[in-house]
Amino acid sequence: MAQIFHPSTNTLSKVSIFGGVFFVLGGLWLASALNRSSYVTQAGVVRAQPVAFGHKHHVAGLGIDCRYCHTSVEEAAFAGIPSTKTCMTCHSQIWTEAPMLEPVRAAFRADASIAWTRVHDLPDFAYFDHSLHLAKGIGCVSCHGQVDQMPLAWREHSLNMEWCLSCHREPERYVRPPSEVFNMNYAPERPQIEVGPELVRELHIKGRTNCSACHR
Amino acid sequence: MSHPSHPSAAPIGPDSPWRSLEEIEARASGGEASDTPLAVEANPVISSVELARRDFLRAVGASLAVAGAAACTRQPDEKIHAWGASPEALIPGKPLYFATAMPWASGALGLLVESHMGRPTKVEGNPEHPASRGATDAFAQAAVLELYDPTRAQLMRRNGAISTWSGFLDEFRPAVEAQRARAGAGMRILTPTVVSPTLHAQLTGVLKEFPRAAWVQWSPHNRDAARAGALSAFGADVVAHAAFERTKVVLSLDDDFLAGPSGVRATREFAAARRARRATTSMLRLYAVESSISITGAAADDRLPVRPSVLAAVAARVAAKLGVATSASSGALPLAPEHERWADAVAADLAANRGQSVVLVGAEQPAEIHALAHAMNHALGAVGKTVRYTEPTECASSDQSEALRALAGELQAGRVELLIVLEGNPVYDAPAELAFRDAFAKAGLRVTLSLFDNETTELSHWHVPATHFLESWSDARAFDGTVSIVQPLIAPLYDGRSAHELLAVVAGKAGAKAYDLVRAHWQAQHEDDDFETYWKRSLHDGVLAGRGFSNRSVALSNAAPDLARLAATAEGLEYVLRTDPATFDGRFAANAWLQECPRPLTKLTWDNALLIGVATAKRLALSSGDRVEFSIEGASVEAPVWVAPGHAEECVTLPLGYGRKSAGPIGTGVGFDAYPFVRRAARWSGSGATLRKLGRRHTFAVTQEHHDMERRDLVRTLRLGALDAAPLHPALAHGETSMYPPVKYDGVAFGMVIDLNTCVGCNACVIACQSENSIPVVGKEEVAAGREMHWLRIDRYYEGEPSNPRVLLQPVPCMHCENAPCEVVCPVGATTHSPEGLNEMTYNRCVGTRYCSNNCPYKVRRFNFFAYADLETESLKLQRNPDVSVRTRGVMEKCSYCVQRIQEKRIGARREGRDVGGDEIVTACQQVCPAQAITFGDINNASSAVAKLRAEPHHYGLLEELNTKPRTTYLAKVSAPRSELSPPPGDAR
Repeated sequence: MAQIFHPSTNTLSKVSIFGGVFFVLGGLWLASALNRSSYVTQAGVVRAQPVAFGHKHHVAGLGIDCRYCHTSVEEAAFAGIPSTKTCMTCHSQIWTEAPMLEPVRAAFRADASIAWTRVHDLPDFAYFDHSLHLAKGIGCVSCHGQVDQMPLAWREHSLNMEWCLSCHREPERYVRPPSEVFNMNYAPERPQIEVGPELVRELHIKGRTNCSACHR
Repeated sequence: MSHPSHPSAAPIGPDSPWRSLEEIEARASGGEASDTPLAVEANPVISSVELARRDFLRAVGASLAVAGAAACTRQPDEKIHAWGASPEALIPGKPLYFATAMPWASGALGLLVESHMGRPTKVEGNPEHPASRGATDAFAQAAVLELYDPTRAQLMRRNGAISTWSGFLDEFRPAVEAQRARAGAGMRILTPTVVSPTLHAQLTGVLKEFPRAAWVQWSPHNRDAARAGALSAFGADVVAHAAFERTKVVLSLDDDFLAGPSGVRATREFAAARRARRATTSMLRLYAVESSISITGAAADDRLPVRPSVLAAVAARVAAKLGVATSASSGALPLAPEHERWADAVAADLAANRGQSVVLVGAEQPAEIHALAHAMNHALGAVGKTVRYTEPTECASSDQSEALRALAGELQAGRVELLIVLEGNPVYDAPAELAFRDAFAKAGLRVTLSLFDNETTELSHWHVPATHFLESWSDARAFDGTVSIVQPLIAPLYDGRSAHELLAVVAGKAGAKAYDLVRAHWQAQHEDDDFETYWKRSLHDGVLAGRGFSNRSVALSNAAPDLARLAATAEGLEYVLRTDPATFDGRFAANAWLQECPRPLTKLTWDNALLIGVATAKRLALSSGDRVEFSIEGASVEAPVWVAPGHAEECVTLPLGYGRKSAGPIGTGVGFDAYPFVRRAARWSGSGATLRKLGRRHTFAVTQEHHDMERRDLVRTLRLGALDAAPLHPALAHGETSMYPPVKYDGVAFGMVIDLNTCVGCNACVIACQSENSIPVVGKEEVAAGREMHWLRIDRYYEGEPSNPRVLLQPVPCMHCENAPCEVVCPVGATTHSPEGLNEMTYNRCVGTRYCSNNCPYKVRRFNFFAYADLETESLKLQRNPDVSVRTRGVMEKCSYCVQRIQEKRIGARREGRDVGGDEIVTACQQVCPAQAITFGDINNASSAVAKLRAEPHHYGLLEELNTKPRTTYLAKVSAPRSELSPPPGDAR
């Protein structure tokens, strides 16, 4: 009786079995890599806005404090975005004719909203509180990046849960004195490895990782 | 199906509490109750979708593929809309609270309404308001759903066709002008009981302009009998208010004073007088005699169920024993010896506590009984001590039945050319013999202002959509005369008008705004110059300072009421008509929250039933679910029977407010209509009824057998003065050993204590929880299948003889066990523990195995078998609490101790660098509870209220023997020391 399978079948079957395992693992790796990629997370992607507002110009160039526009950041979960009237406090005096600002003036005249595109948008089942993070010494930069260096705003980090947890598990790596939270260029005087644990103790930082800390 | 490996601490004995008649019958025959519960028989629904195995596998495959594909998408872009100019005081994400009031015929209930970015989401009581004192009833909780109800009338309609306000004015104004020429001879205005001083002033003004016009008030649950009783006793229309805090003994003559909007204040005071703590030596004692079953009867220490004719005789006997004379003909009321004994003992107890006792009468009782009670209270020296009198709440009290009869006569005669109905639904709820439906259709031009399409708008030429009280300006008086401004929380959602605005058109002031009318009314009465400050403070506080009634002193002009009319012998089966705890008089029939809320004692949902006593049902060979034909004097209705333990024999109860023919998709056709049996001569009760069994069965959706905790020793009862007598903490089945890793809670540890002694089962907490946590409704079929979603349920147990059992009520939220059985069986870690001891539910992790629910001994977990939450309807989206995730299909949910409220307070405290205070956090059920039976806080903080309650001798945990270490615990029900009356039931176990 003739041989049914050619001897090379042995090699083929071994390769396909191991190849299959690698294929599955590779698929899983690809999926998780995709999930962390900036294609999905939108990290680093500059968002188009109705008015090309430059944080770099307003913060680094003019030295306007974060809280001038994001007024409720110290007292509420939501930092707040400025009303059209806030823009017009300055722009009724300067650049009053600039064509770039026409959408702002139009909205002001009509008492209408400017529909900005959200740059930092958590899923609706995650409840983040700005005020508490500021009170506990987490600076704006820690999550939002060097906003003062962004001509147009983008999302600095993935805002994935694992990214949140990286700080909640080790807050000492990121904490700073509450007086420095709005400082875009803060650098600790002593190494963070010494300052961090002290601040965690001082500020009674719990670094909660239980579910209901963020999910309700 | 008991657990042989877990012997319960106090095994079920013959005297143990029971939940249904089926259970007690099975117990008597030695069987297992859960083999034959009615609920199982009535629950053929397992799934509303028929699916073959292969189709099922196909669907699973397809949904997996779709889910996989969906996972690859990224979050869609979201827009964020900036203000034009930021409004003052509003911080995005932080709710604001505004004071307003919910108008009721019996007096307004003051409210504080939570507003998120301009949309009212949750109703709370106004602590400054005398009728609310910070709590509300279930109706007020459900008001937000009514506001956002997508079936509300949204457009002006003429004979059903869409029209406009100007189109309406074009027809309405000439009709009014034609009446002006005739001094209003053909104009009639029909309103519900008016408690708004501004509306009253407007009506008075209109009547001055149209001297021959008439204004008729009609609310089906009105004060006619009470008014007639007061007039006959004092010659003046006054209202009696009991002061429970100064009272030791109360006799309720069919007065369900704990229920409804007026029950909020009463429950608060009643509960205060009933609260039992270690040092308590005395408690208010409540005697109740009633025909039907009510939560007030359930709260009584001694309850006597008798049919209406006997009830009158019992009242007469008590009065006679107290030395109240009745006119000669009254002596004929016959009384059985055991009822005589009961009456004598109650009279003796009332008399022994002279000056500290009070007799209360239900609004449904005839005028004679009201007069008798006034005389009894005078004889008891109660006046000025336990009872005080004030003006009636309504702005113009009148004999409403008589006025409506006159109106019906004029309508029949064709003398009414213009009929203006300012809310209410008279075509549905007018007494039957007025044939109001026919009469109504004879009016020339019929204009009806109404929030919903209903039976009356159907027959009207014009249906003007009304504004909800949460979207319009008005004012309303509370029971004691306190005036609240009804302040809108949101601009009218639809093209609605308020009664004020429609009446302004009649007065020739079309376009007048309700705000200006209300403000002008109070400005005219304000003496001091600075009205603006007064107005602003009144709006802020929710009450107008210095507008309450002062006490009226009254003299008994008729000390010997004539009871002759009551002595007429009642023949045949007697019946009583009662407003319903869910639909009230029918106005809430379209409210899904209320329809699905289990009725306090029957635990029925989405239905009313003809309630009948146990022995009478046996005599007539009826059981729960049998359909019968109920008839009196030619009128008849087909109704399902519900055998109600504790109901009076030879008497049935017909709950009103159902059988609506035009109440939108929710309310239409639910239950049977009992209004055809409302007669002028027999408003609330009568005799001569017949029942005929039809041989058909009815499917009820009843929750009393759901979420069975296997009949272990769950609700404990003790005697006052012997709280230490019986240890309530059983030995643990397996000692302290546990397979769980030990966890130490040395920081803040949340816990809840529920006082079973003060809970009256009013259901306010159930609806408050639903409102706060965006809990969906599921509908009758799903409830019948045991799938109701309420995070908080109130278990109702009976103890003793079915003819007149003691009622035990037990609210059951999640126990937040320290050793939580649900957590260890979750394969995906969707339910976990927080450092403060919260048993957390993380919806996004849940894959819907339901293992947790199966392993929960308390049966408090609820599963979304279908997509119950309505994610499509725009108006319902506005109602949801933005601080709570909306759950979708396939996800488990349960009580979270209002984690969103915990986080709000905790974050506030942590921001200030401190731990959250022991009593700082208030859960939704706790805040709404009129009885203050629910306490929440930090059990590790010795000064917190909850920690103190946990140290009480009658504190215990549910199923503690399982070593689950529940954080929700209970205070046992405590009975007052007995009088010599009736042998005490076996409660000192």
